[in-house]
Amino acid sequence: MLNQKLFVGSHAPYWHDRTSISGKSYHIMLAALPAAVFGIYQYGMPAIGVLAFSTACAMIWELIMNILMKRPVSIGDGNAAVIGLLFGMLLPATAPWWVVLVGTFVAVVIGKQIFGGIGCNPLNPVLVSIAVIMLSWESLLDFNAMLVNYDFDFNMIYPLAAVKGFGASATENYTACELLMGQQSGGIGATFGLGLIVGGLYLMVRGYIRWEISLTFLAGVFVTALLFNVSDPDKYAGPVFHLLTGYTLIGAFFLATEDSSSPVNFIPMLIYGAFAGILAVLIRNIGAFVDGVVFAILMMNVANPLLDKIRPKAMGKGTKHA
Amino acid sequence: MIKRPFFGSGKPNLKYSAVEVQKQDIVKEIPIPDKITLSLEDPYGMDEELSIRVGNKVKTGQKLKLKEDDKSYIISSVTGTIAGIFQYDGYLGKTYRSISIDTIDKEKSGTERSVPGNAGEYLGHLPGKPDLASLLDSRSILNTIIINGADKDLLVGINQLIVRTKFENLKSGVEYLRDSTGASKIMMVVGPDISSQAEKTGADVKVIKPVYPNTLPEIIMKNILGVEVPAGRSCEEVGIGFLNAEVVLAIAEAVIDRQIPVNKMLTVIKKDYTTVNVRARIGTHIKEILDALDIEMHHGDRLVLGGPMMGHTVYSEDMPIAWDTDAIMVQDKNQIILSSESECINCGECVRACPAKVPVNMLVRVLENDLYEEAVGEYDLLSCIECGLCSYVCTAHIPVFHYIMLGKYEFARIESMEEINA
Repeated sequence: MLNQKLFVGSHAPYWHDRTSISGKSYHIMLAALPAAVFGIYQYGMPAIGVLAFSTACAMIWELIMNILMKRPVSIGDGNAAVIGLLFGMLLPATAPWWVVLVGTFVAVVIGKQIFGGIGCNPLNPVLVSIAVIMLSWESLLDFNAMLVNYDFDFNMIYPLAAVKGFGASATENYTACELLMGQQSGGIGATFGLGLIVGGLYLMVRGYIRWEISLTFLAGVFVTALLFNVSDPDKYAGPVFHLLTGYTLIGAFFLATEDSSSPVNFIPMLIYGAFAGILAVLIRNIGAFVDGVVFAILMMNVANPLLDKIRPKAMGKGTKHA
Repeated sequence: MIKRPFFGSGKPNLKYSAVEVQKQDIVKEIPIPDKITLSLEDPYGMDEELSIRVGNKVKTGQKLKLKEDDKSYIISSVTGTIAGIFQYDGYLGKTYRSISIDTIDKEKSGTERSVPGNAGEYLGHLPGKPDLASLLDSRSILNTIIINGADKDLLVGINQLIVRTKFENLKSGVEYLRDSTGASKIMMVVGPDISSQAEKTGADVKVIKPVYPNTLPEIIMKNILGVEVPAGRSCEEVGIGFLNAEVVLAIAEAVIDRQIPVNKMLTVIKKDYTTVNVRARIGTHIKEILDALDIEMHHGDRLVLGGPMMGHTVYSEDMPIAWDTDAIMVQDKNQIILSSESECINCGECVRACPAKVPVNMLVRVLENDLYEEAVGEYDLLSCIECGLCSYVCTAHIPVFHYIMLGKYEFARIESMEEINA
């Protein structure tokens, strides 16, 4: 019997479409690269430092938590690297090293690992972390102050701060084309609109993120900003300005679409995206914060389990039990 | 292996392969083997006295029963002597008794097949689907019989092949069914390429799009009849009987040619995904079939009885083919993608792939924690039609289908325990 050849037993199906968590993570990082590389091109070595340190820290925190919690090592799935990269992309290039260290700790450990790791986090880890930093060290995300030593040949005042302070007239200093091409101050990887759109389209076409969420998010931002703009053109900036500034695009394509904290059914995805977009503009225009994307998405993250209860009737469950 | 398409935001699109025209008539005959093994569901304990014993002589076409007054039986497919009787546990905890028979007279095994009396008495175990007898017994409740002229699983081509080449014989099978069951409607479901042949059988032909899982009974009922089977009930319970084309062919042969069916057609799926159709005696060991096709298997490969989406693995080549084995699939070591222990990442691919609209992402969470009643009550476990697409698309490589089958099994156990205690 010992020499008998034995075969591998397992349950059906015996085919797989060859997707994997790591593949998905690498594609998301690939799609984020245009915007990240542009940030590096613009801000130079400090930006490389922040992005690299952030990615590395996130992975190390993940590894430390794996060991402490005696669970299988999961940095190979790339999810921690995605968190680190996206977190770095939201920071100004001059962010000090300790904020990256603390921020990735909050993202990976508090945002993800204590809930049980990948797939168990109720909120987007990146956003949890950036929200903590926004509330704890507000000045570190004040892009006007943080980037004061950079002088490019475009308007270096953070667009959303300008509009908050001076009303819609401040938008005259920016053209849509400049904003799209990254001629604005902001997070390392959050300013190059074209790069983010290309990356987002790639992810949507390949099916790695859901178009339902991204597009309704952008539509929510657009429509709400348009309504504000129509109601008071002097006070509120136009919809295109809102689409191309702050964290709107990186939020639409990379943050709102995070798997674990977003819905999976069709109608909930539409509601989730649209409301996150609406809330983002509401917070920007009438709230206290300069950019509302972070809290808008976090708020919809909280609503996600409830939203996902809206789902089609399963087969054979007809109207009998209505 | 069909990979995820480059443009991938929709459902998986797994097409059934149509039988290639030039290959259509080639069915390789596997010679009658020296030894066969038959298996029969076994309700008895290990030590109970059975009516068959080691050393008994059996003839081709002879009914074998575990006990004299049993209703269930199996038909010996060769003439020989019983060499061994063993009990074993099969899929989902069912107990079987396997009976191995040494073939004595290959000459006689080939010829002695004629039906001695009423053909209906020998239709209990037809190749393709074993429980035809219950279908014939239950005269009144069935109002429609649907003949599946397409194969359930991918790459399998048995029923298609039969409709394409044996439509004349199917015609008499359809007539017999119409007379003996009293079903008001007999339909045949086929892929678009063989609809003209199917028309000639006299059944009411319905063409389906050849995309998995359109040939599964529940989906056929929904798409063709517009009827949804209530979750947890079978198609037969709502008056619809499903038969494979192969069964109808066997009926025709039993009734018209008075031949006891002892052969099974099956598709062998090789490591390079090419397929060969073979015909073998029921009970033939897999090794005989693989040897006849020069397929070599090594330690650590995977051997599947059935197709790529719904088959069952076996660990040894010495297993026999049964009445319902539609295919044998062999996979090389390096083609095997094992499932992982990762948690669900909530990507939603399974939810979009599920043809029964089961909230798989939530279901797998409750199943992982053994909450079977909650899985049935809130997350539609019993709506699952067992197509396996959720596991196929799972990004985290979770054995979702495995969890679901375990959940169904455990839930059935809980229910029967409650019935006993009530």
